[in-house]
Amino acid sequence: MTASHGEHLTNLTLSVWRQKGPDAAGAFESYRIDSISDEASFLEMLDVLNEKLIDEGRDAVTFEHDCREGICGSCSLMIDGQAHGPQRGTATCQLHMRKFKSGANIVIEPWRATSFPIIKDLMVDRSAFDRIIESGGYITSQTGGAPDANLVPVPKPVADAAMDSAACIGCGACVAACPNGAANLFTAAKVAHLNLLPQGQAERYARAESMVETMDEYFGSCTNHGECEAACPKEISIDVIALMNKDYRKAKFANRKEIARS
Amino acid sequence: MAQTTNTTRGPVTGTAHRAKKRKPFLLDLYSTAVGKKYVMAITGVLLIGFVITHMIGNLKMYLGKEDFNHYAEFLRELLVPILPRTVFLWILRGGLLGAVVLHVHAAYGLTLLNRGARSVKYQSPRDYQVATFASRTMRWTGIIVFLFVFWHLADLTWGTVNALGTTAADGVFVRGDAYGNVVRSFERPPVALLYIVANIALGTHLFHGVWSLFQSIGWSSPRFNKWRRWLATAIATIVVVGNVSFPIAVLAGIVGQ
Repeated sequence: MTASHGEHLTNLTLSVWRQKGPDAAGAFESYRIDSISDEASFLEMLDVLNEKLIDEGRDAVTFEHDCREGICGSCSLMIDGQAHGPQRGTATCQLHMRKFKSGANIVIEPWRATSFPIIKDLMVDRSAFDRIIESGGYITSQTGGAPDANLVPVPKPVADAAMDSAACIGCGACVAACPNGAANLFTAAKVAHLNLLPQGQAERYARAESMVETMDEYFGSCTNHGECEAACPKEISIDVIALMNKDYRKAKFANRKEIARS
Repeated sequence: MAQTTNTTRGPVTGTAHRAKKRKPFLLDLYSTAVGKKYVMAITGVLLIGFVITHMIGNLKMYLGKEDFNHYAEFLRELLVPILPRTVFLWILRGGLLGAVVLHVHAAYGLTLLNRGARSVKYQSPRDYQVATFASRTMRWTGIIVFLFVFWHLADLTWGTVNALGTTAADGVFVRGDAYGNVVRSFERPPVALLYIVANIALGTHLFHGVWSLFQSIGWSSPRFNKWRRWLATAIATIVVVGNVSFPIAVLAGIVGQ
């Protein structure tokens, strides 16, 4: 790295969860970071640690990451007891070392949920989210000639609300932060995104019922603590959970009235 | 997202329309977590209604023995002569009992689900951001209130924990003398303290419950969302202040024989 213009943090101690595989027993291990630029992102700090570990011939810490610009939803760390660390509305990759102080002891743990099994160290398998998406996170659209742009009118407030829900990057922080390990914020964001828009109306009630019931197979239940909203890097409001609950209720009535359904 | 499949789960068809045999409507709804939360919210509303009515009814204590016992008798005579005496009261009691059973059963089922959803706990301390003391202790305040209700019934409805009699000595239960029973019970400081503690637990439960039920039922609107917390605080405060005032009034001698 080239010379940094920022300050440097010194004498950091990291307590990192190390676990060799899904069924292995894990434990915290301590690592020292002697000096790190406060302009480094949290993941860059882990990169520096890993370089050091590799130089020493030790096993690097496994953690998931991809875009490092807060839009892919890959990074997932429980930092000092908070999903994605101490900065609101921020994924771990966008969290910077300036949020920490020299001499700090930083505890890093993977997401903990039965349906997010640990693959290795800090990396978990979030495929359960894919199961929820598969069960209703899609719309039906016509093939053939491309329709005119803006053929379907979408009122601006509806577009805004749908966009706020669509901001969900599926990182799993809501499940990680929830004392009950519930995925209601994730599922509700996906349901709200499509159920608000005219394009999503065809499957609206099938979606609400199916996604909620798939969620039920994997995750806990909502007790309205609001921890998910506080942890969400996209600051999605728990208002969408109320919307999902309402559509689920309506779906329970509407879907039973559908003709020719078993 | 990682592509490893979780082998412990059944296959997912990838279609929204699953051909499944549907249970009867209410059982179908109750079999899911969101459905159970609906049941908790609706039974919660019924129980909140009871708690508020009960508190308002008990305020007759401040009007004196005549008014209080007259109100107690009025409850037994609700809908007389359409129904015989105490029949409607028993219908109400049956409804409350049903609501309590469902509320507790749903809570029990959801608690098991939640425990299972995080079988390995966080190994480092959590730093909760917005969860309140009330929301974190719903199970415990619920259990306290549940157990308290049995004591309360044994103390002032059945009288089984008190000496039965016709005199006005301390701790003596006289069937039909609701006012005297309350006063004789609350004159014992440990009993008064138990009532106060239980009602603070009830208030804590309501502080989260009243707010939470709006979310569970899907009542969310920019028109009233900011009032949900206000309403929860108001109901919790009114119920606690009203109910706690009774043992204090008895101990302070404001309400007496």
